[in-house]
Amino acid sequence: MATLFDINPFALFGQLLIGLINGSFYALLALGLAIIFGLLRIINFTQGALYMLGAFAAWMGMNYLGISYWWSLLLVPIGVAVIGILMERFLVRPIAGEDHLYSLLLTFGVALVLQGLFTHAYGSSGLAYPIPEELKGGTRLPFMYLPNYRAWIIVCSLVVCTGTWYMIEKTKLGAYLRAGTENPQLMQAFGINVPLIVTLTFGFGVGLAGLAGVLAAPVYSITPEMGSSILIVVFAIVVIGGMGSIGGAILTGLGMGIIEGLTKYFYPEASNTVIFLVMVIVLLVKPAGLFGKEA
Amino acid sequence: MKNMKLNLVLLGLALLAPFVLYPVFLMKVLCFALFACAFNLLLGFAGLLSFGHAVFLGSGAYVTGYLMLSVEGLTPEVGILAGVAVSAILGYVYGKLAIKREGIYFAMVTLALAQLAFFFFLQAPFTGGEDGIQGIPRGTLFGLIDLSDNLNMYYFVLSVFIGGFVLIYRTVHSPFGQVMKAIRENEPRAISLGYKVNQYKLMTFVLSATLAGLAGSTKALVFQLASLTDVHWFMSGEVVLMTLLGGMGTIWGPVLGASTIVTLQNVLASGPLGSYIHVIMGLVFIVCVLAFRNGLVGEIQKLVKRNF
Repeated sequence: MATLFDINPFALFGQLLIGLINGSFYALLALGLAIIFGLLRIINFTQGALYMLGAFAAWMGMNYLGISYWWSLLLVPIGVAVIGILMERFLVRPIAGEDHLYSLLLTFGVALVLQGLFTHAYGSSGLAYPIPEELKGGTRLPFMYLPNYRAWIIVCSLVVCTGTWYMIEKTKLGAYLRAGTENPQLMQAFGINVPLIVTLTFGFGVGLAGLAGVLAAPVYSITPEMGSSILIVVFAIVVIGGMGSIGGAILTGLGMGIIEGLTKYFYPEASNTVIFLVMVIVLLVKPAGLFGKEA
Repeated sequence: MKNMKLNLVLLGLALLAPFVLYPVFLMKVLCFALFACAFNLLLGFAGLLSFGHAVFLGSGAYVTGYLMLSVEGLTPEVGILAGVAVSAILGYVYGKLAIKREGIYFAMVTLALAQLAFFFFLQAPFTGGEDGIQGIPRGTLFGLIDLSDNLNMYYFVLSVFIGGFVLIYRTVHSPFGQVMKAIRENEPRAISLGYKVNQYKLMTFVLSATLAGLAGSTKALVFQLASLTDVHWFMSGEVVLMTLLGGMGTIWGPVLGASTIVTLQNVLASGPLGSYIHVIMGLVFIVCVLAFRNGLVGEIQKLVKRNF
């Protein structure tokens, strides 16, 4: 524990940066979960599998079709959103009236299928995706070295998260969405096509997972398990932050990433459990979650 | 119990089964059937979906395995009791935390807590990390019966299963079980009737965890192995599937579901579809949720009701 008294700023900032990057992914995935939960009241278990699919799609696009990173960044989220829309329309909607636990189990089944297919096709050893030319290299800051691609992830995630937050909280479309959360029957009576909004929201929510997958491809090893392991952490984050507020989900995601990074520096043994421990503390102190409204 | 004749026939079949089928396979079925019954007590009768039940199976297996291996001459019943006790304590702690949230959040909390335990078992010095605890001796039951003989072991596992099953049956059909079902059907009403709902939920959770631990401890002796597979989230999903497929909230459903899934896995493992096992399990999940949410036993009951 000598490190406690002898802080190495380069290592510390390095871990903080990694934490911030993990946090960027947590925020994107938690945001997608929260949006879908807000309108449909279901937890989408496929969010992790679709994140994995996004990373694989980017890799497959580059290796089989020669699609560049930038085109993947645009096309893959759209493709994943289309898959999400089909899933909502043909699998989730038929059981919309049933207990919400069934939709959880249904999406869990879909996640198993996706993960199983990729494990069968690519094994679990992991694939590598190159960092795009334009973002190679880095900047030397006074206290640390900042690789450009990592900075790009953080900027990208922050822009998408704030943009989504703005759209939901401040625009007319967002107002429809929030109204749909409050009272879908009344909104339908006002002549707004609620099922369409539901489908598009689902598509957007899972599209965020696809985007996170493409962003993650160059920095993490691409494996079929990458989705399930991050999803469980994101679930803990969602329990910590509560899904009542979009902003809360984003802030908790980033914050937990940073806490994880700090733990990696000060006490690495606990780095993969610290978020679950925070969840335990939150459950004891404020069971509804930091930003939660309902008990 | 109702249907005494049917139960006696089933018991007779279970007693004769090891002469027809491979005993280790039957023991696997019984262990998973007990695990699924314990899980069903929580989901089917109290309406609580735990997505981290593997942790109780796994901790029972690890504790029993570790003790049997490291304590010279320990008899298996003591080893199992220790494993069950640890699962019960863990069930109390996890249950206390998880019942603070409801519905979907409950599922997420249990999943996250189970992942916490997974990392603990991965890193703890006594669990053998990725290899798990191997070569666990089965020992001699009460110092009298040698369990390394598969037939002896089978009858021991069968009695453990029957004990657990009868306990669950009695619980479900007791006043306590009635309150449990009332909470599942209408929690605010149960509260307004003066029931301390959280205490009932916690007790059910602990009982379910304890019996899952019993299944895990027994399984560790059967396979002489405790590994990370037992605490992995996939195992938690598997027990949900067994219960869902067999029929949630029915007495025999989890038994039938567990038998079906274990048989399916055995058949697939040796065939050309072996590497598609997760895909097939996922598809079964989807079909169950979309097409028959009552499960096999639920559908059979409906059929019987309609025709007789």
